[in-house]
Amino acid sequence: MISVQGLGVTFGHGSSGFQAVADLSFEVERGESFGLVGESGSGKTTVLRAIAGLIPGVSGRLTVAGETLGPKRSKRFRHLVQMVFQDPFGSLHPRHTVDQILSEPARIHRMNDIKNRVLRALEEVGLDSSFRFRYPHQVSGGQRQRIAVARALIIEPEIVLLDEPTSALDVSVQAEVLNLLNHMKRERGLTYMLVSHDLAVVSHMCDRLVVMQHGRLVETLAIEQLRNFTPAHPYTSQLLRASEGYDRAAVETLEDDL
Amino acid sequence: MNETPILSIEDLHVTFPTPKGDVRAVRGVSFDLGREKLGIVGESGSGKSQTGRAILGLIAGRGIVHAKRMEFDGIDLRNASAQTLRAIRGNRISMIMQDPKYSLNPVITVGRQIEEAYLVHTRAAKAEARERAMEMLKAVRIRNPERVYDAYPHEVSGGMGQRIMIAMMMIPEPDIIIADEPTSALDVTVQMQVLAILDDMVTQRGMALIFISHDLNLVASFCDRVLIMYAGQVMEVREARDLHNAEHPYTRGLLECLPRIDAHGESLAVLQRDPAWADLQ
Repeated sequence: MISVQGLGVTFGHGSSGFQAVADLSFEVERGESFGLVGESGSGKTTVLRAIAGLIPGVSGRLTVAGETLGPKRSKRFRHLVQMVFQDPFGSLHPRHTVDQILSEPARIHRMNDIKNRVLRALEEVGLDSSFRFRYPHQVSGGQRQRIAVARALIIEPEIVLLDEPTSALDVSVQAEVLNLLNHMKRERGLTYMLVSHDLAVVSHMCDRLVVMQHGRLVETLAIEQLRNFTPAHPYTSQLLRASEGYDRAAVETLEDDL
Repeated sequence: MNETPILSIEDLHVTFPTPKGDVRAVRGVSFDLGREKLGIVGESGSGKSQTGRAILGLIAGRGIVHAKRMEFDGIDLRNASAQTLRAIRGNRISMIMQDPKYSLNPVITVGRQIEEAYLVHTRAAKAEARERAMEMLKAVRIRNPERVYDAYPHEVSGGMGQRIMIAMMMIPEPDIIIADEPTSALDVTVQMQVLAILDDMVTQRGMALIFISHDLNLVASFCDRVLIMYAGQVMEVREARDLHNAEHPYTRGLLECLPRIDAHGESLAVLQRDPAWADLQ
């Protein structure tokens, strides 16, 4: 469904250029949940933005659903691929009502019966019709992220790119949003690419994952390797150890450069 | 905890009057703090940060603080003069904030900021302050203290910035450190290293630590004792290592809705909030 071959992303030009992602390759199957894991600055979000076509400086070969991607994304691509961002406060227009937010993508893609689509999209993410004419500041953080999910799904995409969709939420709200995402995936047979720094979230959501560090691929893991704590690479083992809670003795075994 | 507490709080209330009525952020919190690591956990809006801030008299704007007792080492913090509070703040009780990016002065070098924290509270000479600042940088395990001393905050990483904050807060050797989500902005491995530094300071120098966090697993593994807060009240107090046997339905609900690395459930338990939890106890 998604094929990434030798992906590179450079910010800036010439000697001051910064190589954020280098020589990255992986394949995502149809209907799979694929995780991208790494610490801050590892380039995981940059990979997602490169696929979505949101940043310049991308090299390598990207193929999505048989279409080789050029510098500009086609309308077909945008119908196929949608994205949910990390910060529900920053990603919804503060002066648009929920109705405007949800109907805009449907209008762009020339869909009919927009009003009913909006109502159905709200219902699917567990919000009733009373939310339709509210502004983003009038709903809670979790409800806002539900609206962002509804906006991504209203045009019936096949692939959803999820960039830390729950890291700004309380754990109880995180559980609701993760359940919603899993439910929608089962209903519609979606393909997910999930970026997260939280190994527990990735373990819960994904079938396979890649671990990144300093813009490069560390390893590709089947989810069982993560759940059984048997990764191949020492960097992944260290991430796992550090994610297990505080242990004074284990801290001494952490190394800065693996 | 079998010694006299260094800090004793009884029936603490923090209220913010608004045109739409009072917002009661903290409602009747009581606890004693010994030479220990006390965790305060809760979700956003539970009042955990306001509890920490109220101790230091750092409630913003029109907020009103009320308590039956707020006693630090024999000093009544409720009616303490601004002068008394200034002598306590930073010197005997200090606070580490979440994000070093906003808590460090961007136009003063790191070394001078740490020195300043020392000079404000002692009548030491400049040279001595510099020496102490260097020692502190080494104590928080910064490998190249000379370089970091002359660096500006934007030239250091987030983990380094948080170590610098800790160095700054530790230099007057306070009795209590209040750390409000000190590691939430950091990567997991750096987070563990920063916690180890705090842990060692508490054990080696006999300080007390109030550790405010939303992360139950972290608090359970790091602290000695935990207060669980909801809607401005303490729901439950437990030994940290015993947190996973918590009895209160709110604590249980929070623990159960966490995804786990080693388990794959089809769906996560969803926290059902009982309105009775928010009733005044």
